Amino acid sequence: MKKRPIAYVSRSTLHVLLIVLAIVWILPTVGLLITSFRPPEVVGDTGWWTVLVHPFNFTQYTLENYRSVIFEGGMGRAFLNSLFITVPATLLPILLAGLAAYSFAWMRFRGRNMLFMMVVGLMVIPLQMTFIPILSIFAKLRVAGTFPAIWLAHAGYGMPLMVYLLHGFIAGLPRDIFDSAAIDGASSITTFFRIVVPLSVPAIASVAIFQFLWVWNDLLVALIYLGGSPNVGPVTLRVANLVGSRGQDWEVLTAAAFVSMALPLVVFFSLQRYFVRGILAGSVKG
Amino acid sequence: MPTRRWVPWAYAGPALLLLAFFLVYPAIDTIRLSFLDRGGDVFVGLENYAYVFTNSTMLTAFRNNALWVGVFTLFTVSFGLLFAVLLDRVRYERIIKSIVFIPMAISMVGAGTIWKFVYAYRPASASQIGLLNAIIVGLGGEPVGWLIERPWVNNFCLIIVGIWMWTGFCMVVLSAAYKNIPRQLLEAARIDGATEWQAFWRVIFPLLRPTVAVVTTTMIVFVLKIFDIVYVMTNGNFSTEVLANRMYKEQFSFSNYGLASAIAVVLLILIIPMMIVNIRRFRRQEAMR
Repeated sequence: MKKRPIAYVSRSTLHVLLIVLAIVWILPTVGLLITSFRPPEVVGDTGWWTVLVHPFNFTQYTLENYRSVIFEGGMGRAFLNSLFITVPATLLPILLAGLAAYSFAWMRFRGRNMLFMMVVGLMVIPLQMTFIPILSIFAKLRVAGTFPAIWLAHAGYGMPLMVYLLHGFIAGLPRDIFDSAAIDGASSITTFFRIVVPLSVPAIASVAIFQFLWVWNDLLVALIYLGGSPNVGPVTLRVANLVGSRGQDWEVLTAAAFVSMALPLVVFFSLQRYFVRGILAGSVKG
Repeated sequence: MPTRRWVPWAYAGPALLLLAFFLVYPAIDTIRLSFLDRGGDVFVGLENYAYVFTNSTMLTAFRNNALWVGVFTLFTVSFGLLFAVLLDRVRYERIIKSIVFIPMAISMVGAGTIWKFVYAYRPASASQIGLLNAIIVGLGGEPVGWLIERPWVNNFCLIIVGIWMWTGFCMVVLSAAYKNIPRQLLEAARIDGATEWQAFWRVIFPLLRPTVAVVTTTMIVFVLKIFDIVYVMTNGNFSTEVLANRMYKEQFSFSNYGLASAIAVVLLILIIPMMIVNIRRFRRQEAMR
């Protein structure tokens, strides 16, 4: 089929539009990346784009910012803290939300729909609203500033969205599977771990990405429940403190910001394909 | 499925306990606190609420929240839709999708640093290190204090950061729904002589409407609670205050728990209608199952 000239023009417009938008979207991040490799004395004098005049003149780049952030800024400790906060705070709520979503989707009990809607409805509560009451209980129990306290807090806060998304997926599994499992005499817990979990991997993966990104990037909840101590503080807290204490040392901030982004980007790119499929098959039935 | 009566509760129980402790109880306690004085000892009636609706900073915060809800929601959802529909037609879809989604993987603190290099302001005599001002000066203009120029320029600049971060979310969800639409429908419309524009509005959009509704309400619920962008970039100075940031300040800078709680309750009341819309939609979906 011969292409009409008008189709050809609109096709080119489409490409131009998309590429321009993509450049606009990525430009701020590129600026930060380049700045993080520039020596401190020039960062405040000239814009990051000036390196592009001679992009292959490697004398204008340095690894010094990364060295000082990673080895002097207490970032190593903060990175470990972040991992130690994020992994349990992702796995624990997924398990609990999965169990709850399974019971809401496939068990009959009084008040089931009402209860489920209330759980989803809790999404409206602003996090900031919960800090004072919870903190006063945590203080009485002497658990403020400990890791289990923040694991449970993130689990509670993430629960409404997780139950909602997982329910959408688990409720959509074919009924026959559950009937035949029951005929074979499988208990409900066997059904959950042998059938529901393996079949829900895409949904679980996408929910896991959301929760992981949320917890890893969280500053507020960590600030409230862990306090400002560097012993337990995550990367975001470390970077925020750098912004406060060395607000003028932009080159250090840029390197710190990239260190904090590294792991989330790896997680995102490696689980990306599940992510799109998981949402597709889940709550959204377009 | 014949299950004993306690079994469902054993499954849902742990999740419900966490929710009761971390969300339900604090919500109830906050409502109680909102009628008490700053230390939470003396009953003051509606005094905190009167302050919320009359204080000039609070009124600025209300205006800015309204601005966020309108502008942020409009642009995240329409850009998300634009990307979802247009990217389906090109071969480099995955690359651009990743680029648009990257900001979602970046912490607010990181994003704040990124955007400082876009909005940085230097006097006209110095060389500009912020991208926007460099472009303006390069074109012969005067540098602009993007985050200081109140009230429209700086608020829009903050909202742009939000749009940059959250369009990726809208795009991913809308794109998933778009790919679920049978291709034949679009082909049929084209064969019948519909232009792309007509095909989109008469065929595609009606089918996407439920998903657009989900994404829109989610964005509104999210943006009403907007906090971190403002906190990191201006901390509400220069007339950029929003409700959640004000609440945080009253709580942790001024230790005025009564007032902070009243702001929280007002925020909650503003969000509830969106949630009712969501729940209605869910009921309809359940009925079809």
